Amino acid sequence: MEKMPKWADVVLIPVISLLLATILSAIVILAIGEDPIEAVNLMVTGALGSTYGWGYTLYYATNFIFTGLAVAVAFHARLFNIGGEGQAMLGGLGVAMVCLYVDWPHWSIALIAAALGAALFGAAWAAIPAYLQAKRGSHIVITTIMFNFIAAAFLNYMLVNVMRPQGSQDPATARFPEAVHLPTFQSMFSSAENIVFRGAPANISFFVALLACVAVWALIWRTRLGYEIRAYGHSETGAVYAGISPVRITIVAMLISGALAGLMAINNVMGEAERLVLNSTEGAGFIGIAVALMGRSHPFGVFLAAILFGFLYQGGAELALWTSIPRELIVVIQALVILFTGALDNMVRMPLEKLFLALRKGSA
Amino acid sequence: MTLMKSLMGAAAAVALTAGAALAEPALIFDLGGKFDKSFNEAAHNGASRWAEETGGTYREIEMQSEAQREQALRRFAEAGSNPIITMGFGMADPLSAVAADYPDTTFVVVDVTWLDAPNLRQVGFAEHEGSYLVGMMAAMASKSGTVGFIGGMDVPLIRHFGCGYAQGAKAVNPEINVVANMTGTTPAAWNDPVKGSELTKAQISQGADVVYAAAGGTGVGVLQTAADEGILSIGVDSNQNHLHPGKVLTSMLKRVDVAVYDAMSAGDNVETGVFVMGLAEDGVGYAMDDNNAPLVSDDMKAAVDKARQDIIDGNVSVVSYYENDSCPALQF
Repeated sequence: MEKMPKWADVVLIPVISLLLATILSAIVILAIGEDPIEAVNLMVTGALGSTYGWGYTLYYATNFIFTGLAVAVAFHARLFNIGGEGQAMLGGLGVAMVCLYVDWPHWSIALIAAALGAALFGAAWAAIPAYLQAKRGSHIVITTIMFNFIAAAFLNYMLVNVMRPQGSQDPATARFPEAVHLPTFQSMFSSAENIVFRGAPANISFFVALLACVAVWALIWRTRLGYEIRAYGHSETGAVYAGISPVRITIVAMLISGALAGLMAINNVMGEAERLVLNSTEGAGFIGIAVALMGRSHPFGVFLAAILFGFLYQGGAELALWTSIPRELIVVIQALVILFTGALDNMVRMPLEKLFLALRKGSA
Repeated sequence: MTLMKSLMGAAAAVALTAGAALAEPALIFDLGGKFDKSFNEAAHNGASRWAEETGGTYREIEMQSEAQREQALRRFAEAGSNPIITMGFGMADPLSAVAADYPDTTFVVVDVTWLDAPNLRQVGFAEHEGSYLVGMMAAMASKSGTVGFIGGMDVPLIRHFGCGYAQGAKAVNPEINVVANMTGTTPAAWNDPVKGSELTKAQISQGADVVYAAAGGTGVGVLQTAADEGILSIGVDSNQNHLHPGKVLTSMLKRVDVAVYDAMSAGDNVETGVFVMGLAEDGVGYAMDDNNAPLVSDDMKAAVDKARQDIIDGNVSVVSYYENDSCPALQF
């Protein structure tokens, strides 16, 4: 019998963790002499109080959904893919090549091609660590981390020496042609007299991210492959006994994971920057780990956690703009949330479980 | 509607607080952060000097992500900040998209010179000229015939520094061996003193006895190791001679602080256009003070000052790496 009801596991624990993180952040803000209520107010209105704020929140969230799903899929096979960062960088390279070197008639066709390119490059970057893990037993954590650095160096080489337009001193590709610019929320939802999401970077790839959530859910819980991935994740020996090949599952799970991480590039490279810059991923691959942990590796959980982190990013930006709270402290606030929701999960869970057990005994 | 309301609200609030006072300037730091001991910190120093002298206030933000560049520009412009001063080549692209939307706001950008907008003041520095001078000094101070260059992140701007340095060194001694290394390929390379120290040791083992660090915070490690190992080093951007008195040959000055100070002092009617601050404008140069006076002989100083004058007069031309993305004196 379960120690506590499911709703408590899914709702109560994250909410209490968040509250604890908020209280601790408030104390930190108080300690440097700023007003925590004003700060929370700024963050909430800045990130959620206008369509403009939502436009940024959802833009960041789109990145985190993709990388969160990537980590979640690998988690189900008990593989710890820390290489989302590098895979997303390579995905960006795939998008840039598709957008720059082919003449597309319409953004919709370009989006499909760019998504394929991004997924292909991301998966290719995950394939080598996956092969090394499956065939040689090289630990996936080590190899994927190392591949992040190789990806950064490779991207730097491509941007500084190959793809940089002549005369520009900025290590970035040229702007993508007009035809491949994705529709932003502003152009999708604004009417002539009522402009919403003005200037915000959220774009149609948010809906691609939602589709990806559904697809991952269907894959993990509704297909034979998903069953095999979960079975392998629960017990390798059990899976082998059932005739599931560990080599195949390791490689397939990592390829899917890499492809999802790579897909992030249709949002940040194709949708927002409309060119490939050196620093395009800016840590989203690592945030994906926290998102997957917090979302319990379930696509819906990943979606909610991604929105939360999107809120923290956009709210943090508003804090930086209008207060003198230094940027390092905003990182501290974000880190506290990760710490409480991810790493210190048991700190909330154990007392809660005891409480529920006591309650049950009392009623029995 | 809600957006318009909040925008109007924000504008009204700013108008109320600002009252009849002049528009407040805003300063946008690059991803390196305000206290990078180098480029951004120089901007911070210029801004605080202005604030101290005039009692004025300014808004500021340190970038955390690429998407914030355009966001910060628009938010400050809508809040009525003027001029809006931005740092680094990363702002070039966002500015080209934003500047036209706010014709009444003047934008200032440091390290960018290739945009085209009427309300833009672009300030560039002739880093290759300053680097040429310190390259000459390095070659004159070197006894081994090998000098080193340690760059931060491998981007064209840093190759531009290295290229001027190599040309200066070769102008003094055509046979000189210039060893060049970059710290890395990610932004972490701007702040990795340990790696800087390792690279310095590697260059010493190749015979270098003067090293020039153009690497932001990484340079702190370069200067430290050079001092520990008893060779000379050259600082960058700010005057770093005082870090290790008697061990730092000189510093290549890049007066970002002056550019920011000037823009803030001029206020919202700051002159727009492209301004390249070279040797003639004292935008770049080499640092002399009590700390390095014993290291720089009169001959050395005379030769460098002559070269400085020659470059200003046009008798000597230092090739810029940007001209054709390659360097005549150094392979990267």
